[in-house]
Amino acid sequence: MKYLDEYRDAGLSRKLLDGIRSLVTRPWVLMEVCGGQTHGIVRHGIDQLLPPEVELVHGPGCPVCVTPVRMIDRAHAIAGRSDVIFCSFGDMLRVPGSESDLLTLKSRGAAIRVVYSPLDCLRIARENPEREVVFFAIGFETTAPANAILAWQAREQGLTNLSLLVAHVRVPPAMVSILESPDNRVQGFLGPGHVCTVVGYEEYEPLAARHRVPVVITGFEPVDLLQGILLVLRQLEEGRSEVENQYPRVVRREGNIVARQWIDRVFEECDREWRGAGWIAGSGYRLRPGFEAHDAEKRFDLSGVISAAPGPCLSGQILQGAKKPHDCPAFGHACTPEHPLGPTMVSSEGACAAYYLCGRHRDSRRP
Amino acid sequence: MTSCPVPFDGPSEIVLGHGSGGRLTQQLIERLILPAFHNEWLEPLHDGAILPPVRGRLAFSADGHVVRPLFFPGGDIGRLAVHGTVNDLAMCGARPLHLSVGFILEEGLPLETLARVVGSMREAAEDAGVAIVCGDTKVVERGKGDGIFIQTSGVGEVRDGVRIDARRVIPGDRVLLSGPIAAHGIAILSVRDGLEFTPPIRSDTAPLSDIVRSLLDAVPDVRVMRDPTRGGVVAALTEIALRSGTEIRLWEESIPVDEAVRGACELLGLDPLHVASEGKFLAIVAPEEAGLALAVLRAHPMGSGAAVIGEVTGEDRGVLTLRTRMGGRRMLDLLSGDQLPRIC
Repeated sequence: MKYLDEYRDAGLSRKLLDGIRSLVTRPWVLMEVCGGQTHGIVRHGIDQLLPPEVELVHGPGCPVCVTPVRMIDRAHAIAGRSDVIFCSFGDMLRVPGSESDLLTLKSRGAAIRVVYSPLDCLRIARENPEREVVFFAIGFETTAPANAILAWQAREQGLTNLSLLVAHVRVPPAMVSILESPDNRVQGFLGPGHVCTVVGYEEYEPLAARHRVPVVITGFEPVDLLQGILLVLRQLEEGRSEVENQYPRVVRREGNIVARQWIDRVFEECDREWRGAGWIAGSGYRLRPGFEAHDAEKRFDLSGVISAAPGPCLSGQILQGAKKPHDCPAFGHACTPEHPLGPTMVSSEGACAAYYLCGRHRDSRRP
Repeated sequence: MTSCPVPFDGPSEIVLGHGSGGRLTQQLIERLILPAFHNEWLEPLHDGAILPPVRGRLAFSADGHVVRPLFFPGGDIGRLAVHGTVNDLAMCGARPLHLSVGFILEEGLPLETLARVVGSMREAAEDAGVAIVCGDTKVVERGKGDGIFIQTSGVGEVRDGVRIDARRVIPGDRVLLSGPIAAHGIAILSVRDGLEFTPPIRSDTAPLSDIVRSLLDAVPDVRVMRDPTRGGVVAALTEIALRSGTEIRLWEESIPVDEAVRGACELLGLDPLHVASEGKFLAIVAPEEAGLALAVLRAHPMGSGAAVIGEVTGEDRGVLTLRTRMGGRRMLDLLSGDQLPRIC
């Protein structure tokens, strides 16, 4: 398949690996920001092919995973109401809140619908005028434009029964938070290819300069990932800290202007709580003034929602790159995709799920 | 199949009376079902069919169908219900002979829809060379069903010399696949969730009885066969690996997937190895028979895309692994639920 097979080419991958091996003179710690990159790395076994000096730690770029339990509990409180049709991306259904998950609520009779496009909610709201239709708007900058269009269209079409529970997050403040953490080990980043497709990478330039950290905007296929790793390592070895674009077939410096305009029209930056990292200033999007009628947090009284203290799950530290899935005593034992204790085991972009699905829990048991 | 007439003077939709055993039930059977399926074993309309003896051993299988929507590109629930049991019997190494069919109909179902489904079943049964010899119809209240549920069971005869058994799989054996996978799952997903692909991806639902017979004619000692339906290739082969206590190792670059299906999977973030096919099968054979088996499959109209996709090793026990294009090795494991498209 064109634009795919060439980025999975074994010969080219081997050449890049040789390049990495001959380049590295000392240990380096790199973080791949995106959950999609984590899955690519684990799926193709790239971390196992790298020289021992190069360590990859997995970043916070899984939209389901970073959504804090407090927000999940708010979603469950809304979804459990008999007057509500709650719409969500499928990944969110099995993420445990303090008491339950959406799939369990569904089996008890809650009207929960999986949507592939947020715009599907417009039709659901039109067809069910007597019900409140609520969309769980999660994700990074990648999903923000389509969710923005949903809010805009809801207002334009006068769909007074349609609202969004917004839990949007932005990548750059999370990267800064990781860099400024006292335990930080990350020396270079594989930047988020799809996020930058939407918003470009101008915002990463001052970040790289201020923190003296190379950032290479990277794609998701083996050749992309290896080339991204090579470019970060070259900068580190040469003492540079710039933003480079490994993914120019998709990403432009200014991003997608139309998509950015949609985000600006509907959302504004706000402080946001992250699972693991806590509150990070300016790290989220919320609906602008003028969209109050479509803001689920304003439409529903959520003051009574109380979240339980976190259990044994290490997803917070895993999302910060401080721990790896097999550092968690529950990984593969108490916590499996059938009984996930935390979101990183649920989402197709979560690091624990990536490790588990590729059999790493078995590898770790082997003598 | 839309030409099937609806010869009713009564209601044009299924009503509870159609399942009551009274006049409406009789009308439904005599005017709609019997003409479609008619054969010498069904004709007496007894409580069950009295069948002739078979040569060899008897294979017996059952399959329930609850697909939504009822009609999808490349097939419908009727076709699927016949192919489901026919293929399960074929996977036992049997020649499918007789099927039963149980309908659970929802009140309000248009009779025309039922007629279309029954017409499809007739066509599918003819294609597969089986007779539908007995059945049952029940009606549930509106809202208690999903239009039509169909349960089929069937029997077939297993000829002497054929011994399909996963426990016979041993290191060195080769894994064959009869053609490109995952079309059915993607076709259903595309209509169910409004994801349109151009051109539309069609389900591969088809009877495997004929191609399996060709294979067994040439290679009667096939160790095991399995059709990768729900759970896809991974579910089918994981079970065989567990049962045989071997490692089944697939070669990523050898696994056939049609371009359009692959594109859809890439777009959605789905792994075709977990996606259902309804007209393909996996066969494991001794290494010295792999060449002949492949040639036989490829010579059949339904097997032109067949390939040897992996091998059985003794290096590990009860696991399915993938040798990646990059030369790495990764485990393939069952999913805990449905595969979900990625968010970003």
